[in-house]
Amino acid sequence: MAGSTLASPSADPAVAAIAAPVSVSPARETWRRFRRHRLAMASLVILTLLIVSVIVGPWLWPVAINDIDFSATLQGPSLAHPLGTDDLGQDIMARMMYGGRISLAVGLAAMVVATFVGVLIGALAGMSRKVADPVLMWVTDLFLSLPQLPLLLLIIYLFREQLKALFGVEGGVFVLIVIVIGGLRWMPVARLVRAQFLSLREKEFVEAARAQGATKMRQMVRHILPNALGPVIVASTIEVSTAIIAESTLSFLGLGFPPDIPTWGRLLFDAKDQLDTAPHWALFPGAAIFLTVLSINFIGDGLRDALDPRRVI
Amino acid sequence: MATYLIRRLLIAIPSLLGISVILFTILALAPGDPFSEMATNPNVPPEVREALRASFGLNDPIMVRYVRWLGLMVQGDWGFSFASRINVDDLILQRLPTTLFVVGSSQILALCVALPVGIYAATRPYSVFDQIANTLAFVGFSLPTFFTGLLFILIFSVSLDWFPFVYRSDIAATGWRWYWEMFRQAIMPITVLGLFQAASYTRYVRSAVLDVIRLDYVTTARAKGLGERTVTLRHITRNALIPVVTLVALQMPTVFGGALVTEQIFRVPGIGSLLIDAILANDTPVIMAVTFVFSCLVVLFNLIADLLYGWLDPRISFG
Repeated sequence: MAGSTLASPSADPAVAAIAAPVSVSPARETWRRFRRHRLAMASLVILTLLIVSVIVGPWLWPVAINDIDFSATLQGPSLAHPLGTDDLGQDIMARMMYGGRISLAVGLAAMVVATFVGVLIGALAGMSRKVADPVLMWVTDLFLSLPQLPLLLLIIYLFREQLKALFGVEGGVFVLIVIVIGGLRWMPVARLVRAQFLSLREKEFVEAARAQGATKMRQMVRHILPNALGPVIVASTIEVSTAIIAESTLSFLGLGFPPDIPTWGRLLFDAKDQLDTAPHWALFPGAAIFLTVLSINFIGDGLRDALDPRRVI
Repeated sequence: MATYLIRRLLIAIPSLLGISVILFTILALAPGDPFSEMATNPNVPPEVREALRASFGLNDPIMVRYVRWLGLMVQGDWGFSFASRINVDDLILQRLPTTLFVVGSSQILALCVALPVGIYAATRPYSVFDQIANTLAFVGFSLPTFFTGLLFILIFSVSLDWFPFVYRSDIAATGWRWYWEMFRQAIMPITVLGLFQAASYTRYVRSAVLDVIRLDYVTTARAKGLGERTVTLRHITRNALIPVVTLVALQMPTVFGGALVTEQIFRVPGIGSLLIDAILANDTPVIMAVTFVFSCLVVLFNLIADLLYGWLDPRISFG
């Protein structure tokens, strides 16, 4: 921060003076600012716990997800089954850990797809000074006005069989869901990236790079993109939670993963007819979805504060 | 006003055309053929199948097929439902009012919650009320509608037995009793959808109000001696609503997605549950038509938002 103008009048000069001599990397500075957001830190801990438990859990709790036991159906939480059993006597904890892996993997993979497409389209639109910008933005607005859930259902209905043949039952649905959710969620990222590019491409440092003969590609990748990353990171964090909700919604409607793959949404779908006799069956997976989404949203909020250079923390 | 409306309508046409191109492309790319069953049927010789394909125009180039399909859609000929044995447009017209009623009421509920809470929170930023409202808003839009729906059924239908959890369109009652039953069964789907939307709207309203609250014209209004109430309601809120209208219009696709889920949970006989039933019954004409109707509704609501925008912001000329 040395030598720079203070970002806002509320910035405390004394703090700036102390911080000035120490040079810190941007990542470390972001982490310092992120830690100030208490809810975001708590969410980070919860999310880490959730991720660790779905990754490590199946080793510590080696109960098969399809271990049918008719002597113990629809039981509430007990020592033998910490989260109870479903109508076939299958252990809900084992099923939730298995399903959690898939739900989280879908969220992350769909986020990668959405961010990649969004950055690509946003960057192309933002760098273009000709007709590409209005055309790409028209397409973006068009996609924004598409009803996503009905379209998602339509595409999965039409293409499921074909992809099943290509990648197998589980893989086919996974690839399809990731591509479709990612392909319908890139628009916010694209708009953000375009807005960043439009303002950054006129800045002096880009002009300097241009004057030194940097190609358009190099200007984009080496100079503009790293400076535009902050809001993109925040938006793609939120994308993870949106994608998890989208996947759970599909499974909840009975149209996502096949019945033998117990994603969290699928567990809720199976449980919804037994609400009166076995509420725990619906409550645990529902709470898992809620906690995951809530903590990701809070982390996004914390990152937004931490990555905003105008904000003094 | 009339020219403004016509211009807006003309702008909506390209988006509708774009949506129809996307839908048609998806359908054309999809594997499967309406005559595929005949391929395995030994009683139908291949020549007959080819002749049938030709008579339905399935061998024509894709552009020709798109134009013909679009022409039929525009004329209201949406095909015939395989499962229900009636015309698709009749089927949709039967179901549409319920969906519009549920979605409309939930939007009104959402705005009735979000506007006061958002404005009050923004006039006292970082107060205890603001922080509680903010946290609740985060919780609200992190709770997916399918989970809140189940929670509501669990609490209000199973435990307390206050409301029925299956929506019936054939209530055997007349007069006030009918309205009362209707209200009782509609309250849960509307609340589930409304509160979910209210959570995100609250954040929009709060940040929009915060953006205008420190502007000079607000100080001027106070300096003129206007009461705090008048300043907040007539000066701040009206200006803050302009971006909120845009954001609400952008939320429309999410709203209809949420409506689809709520209709499915509470068995509301709207077009959302029609879509799910049609998918489970492989009823392609209905699936296509419902998806298209959803798209049209989104475009329609964007149009309404544009009109509201013009009314709220006199700087936008109607000319």
